[in-house]
Amino acid sequence: MRNGWLQPIADAVKLLFKEIIVPTNASRTLFFIAPMLSLAPALAAWAVMPFADGMVLADINAGLLYILALTSMGVYGVIIAGWASNSKYALLGAMRSAAQIVAYEIAMGFALVGVLMAAGSLNLGDIVRAQQGAWTTGWFVWPLIGLFLVYIISGVAETNRSPFDVAEGESEIVAGFHVEYSGMAFAVFFLAEYANMILISALTALLFMGGWLSIFPQSWAQTPYIGWLIGDGIHWFLLKTTFFMFNFLWFRATFPRYRYDQIMRLGWKVLIPVTLVWIFAEAAAIALGWKPWLS
Amino acid sequence: MPEIRNYTLNFGPQHPAAHGVLRMVLEMDGEVIQRADPHIGLLHRGTEKLAESKPYSQSIGYMDRLDYVSMMCNEHGYVLAIEKLLGIEAPVRAQYIRVMFDEITRILNHLLWLGAHAIDIGAMTVFLYAFREREDLMDCYEAVSGARLHATYYRPGGVHRDLPDTMPQYETSRWRGQKDVDRLNEIRQGSMLDFLEDFSRRFPGCVDQYETLLTDNRIWKQRTVSIGVVTPERAMQLGFSGPMLRGSGVEWDLRKKQPYEVYDRMDFDIPVGVTGDSYDRYLVRIEEMRQSNEIIKQCIKWLRDNPGPVMLDNHKVTPPKREEMKADMESLIHHFKLFTEGYCLPEGEAYAGIEHPKGEFGTYIISDGANKPYRLKIRAPGFAHLSAMNEMACGHMLADVVAIIGTQDIVFGDVDR
Repeated sequence: MRNGWLQPIADAVKLLFKEIIVPTNASRTLFFIAPMLSLAPALAAWAVMPFADGMVLADINAGLLYILALTSMGVYGVIIAGWASNSKYALLGAMRSAAQIVAYEIAMGFALVGVLMAAGSLNLGDIVRAQQGAWTTGWFVWPLIGLFLVYIISGVAETNRSPFDVAEGESEIVAGFHVEYSGMAFAVFFLAEYANMILISALTALLFMGGWLSIFPQSWAQTPYIGWLIGDGIHWFLLKTTFFMFNFLWFRATFPRYRYDQIMRLGWKVLIPVTLVWIFAEAAAIALGWKPWLS
Repeated sequence: MPEIRNYTLNFGPQHPAAHGVLRMVLEMDGEVIQRADPHIGLLHRGTEKLAESKPYSQSIGYMDRLDYVSMMCNEHGYVLAIEKLLGIEAPVRAQYIRVMFDEITRILNHLLWLGAHAIDIGAMTVFLYAFREREDLMDCYEAVSGARLHATYYRPGGVHRDLPDTMPQYETSRWRGQKDVDRLNEIRQGSMLDFLEDFSRRFPGCVDQYETLLTDNRIWKQRTVSIGVVTPERAMQLGFSGPMLRGSGVEWDLRKKQPYEVYDRMDFDIPVGVTGDSYDRYLVRIEEMRQSNEIIKQCIKWLRDNPGPVMLDNHKVTPPKREEMKADMESLIHHFKLFTEGYCLPEGEAYAGIEHPKGEFGTYIISDGANKPYRLKIRAPGFAHLSAMNEMACGHMLADVVAIIGTQDIVFGDVDR
């Protein structure tokens, strides 16, 4: 067809019908558990995501903690896949991934600590509601700009996307942890990667950019006919999520890949110190009661 | 107690960064390379031996297939050696055409190198940009020889034919409508020289585009600066040539030091590096593209003003015109002799080296007076560069090996021959 819009569908159909080859020396059980283990947490995390005010599957108070716990599970899929394949390239990919996740999970966790300190809640809905204000002044991205950048960077690293894609690094270790996978097992890894990408984008929108909140003042929502467009709603959330997803692709097209030790250096020596300092400054600001920045 | 051994990794021959069929056995301590052992020969086609069984002119096509990204430069080295042994020289116009196409080839080669090097290090877009410009230069190849890659355009005594007055045009297809075709054909309306002139005006802007993506990019610098450092002394000992040698700071370029054809009439600079690392070699090659573009401009100007023959009138070596052949018996005999038994070279030996995009490409012919070479030896620049792999890669990490393969600009067609 013209412009190739059927191509993704053709790819999916092809992967569905291809044989899944299991290497002779692979550990069969683990080999099949790994892709499931990487996709399931990425999908399960959506349970606590509020798409709009009240539009959430499970409105639990420990929502952020739940997400943090689930996204950490995803790395087991990568490590187990690398180990179970019994291939040198895959093992290298798994080792790289393990080291990388440990480093960036800390930075990401600290960035989230900053958000929950500012919001005073672990409930994602409450976090968004805490960001209400005139125009966009209430958004956490302004007072927490440093943590926001750290979160974006470690989000890209967590999802193993370029320029941090050393776990698959196709020009170095061919495809890294999923080099031995084919057919649907391979497709599940791919789905997991993209599901994680969307998840991180949605989280960034919720935590820093006010989720479903409109960029216009509340009073404008009374405008006839287009009021629903201007006012808060799911479309704002989707718009912000799409923006971050676009960034993921943009990064991949623009940046060369970091080397494995350089990623470690960035994680441990730059991102973690930045978050630590920022959290202390934020704690001091909260203790001194500096408003209106932090409610 | 179990013995602790280094990890051995088989890198290639089927590997996305192997640039063809490079196979390396890497001995690694964690991710750090302890020993890199390149294995060659997977693309050996016996070009040198094949040439021994064919009349001279029939081997030109094999030269294209040596380093298959700088086709005409390979031909040039071979043709020059034959001319040297025959004691003939191509007409000036042919020499200008050869220089122009050598430089087109240099840009073609460096564009492929840039794209491949960048994609090895993980930058995708540069590859797509580089291939966009390569397409235009391929069209020049097509216009002049009918083939986009393996041209067989240079002949002993000149070039196959003069530059064409028309460019090949795009045609509509299921995937390309009339509007797209018109847009693509707009710059292809004039002669080949018009098209090339338009390209040489656009090209510096394109190089700027690649440079914005890479030159000052923090990650690119982290990945290339002080990776694979070669000192100037060591580079000379290892037999480096071309950008690999100049990246180490040795100002050696056959186009300046031993000018062949009309390079002595050209105005251009030789960029040299300072530290001899991958980043310097990157800068050298980028600047070489700009300089090649300048040479192309000078050639276009001269070629516009000076029409003339592009082939020698010596029909013992060069084929006669088609129409003469129909009426003139001597021409018919010449034609028959040339295309059956070819011509004999006087007994002796000759070496011709040219500044190939990758380094010094040399052809050494020994003739016993027959119509076939007694022995043909090809000096491929990539071979010497690949031999330094172990030295350059030791102590670096796995990801750097990929960067080093990229910076060496390895093409297996000429390493394995």
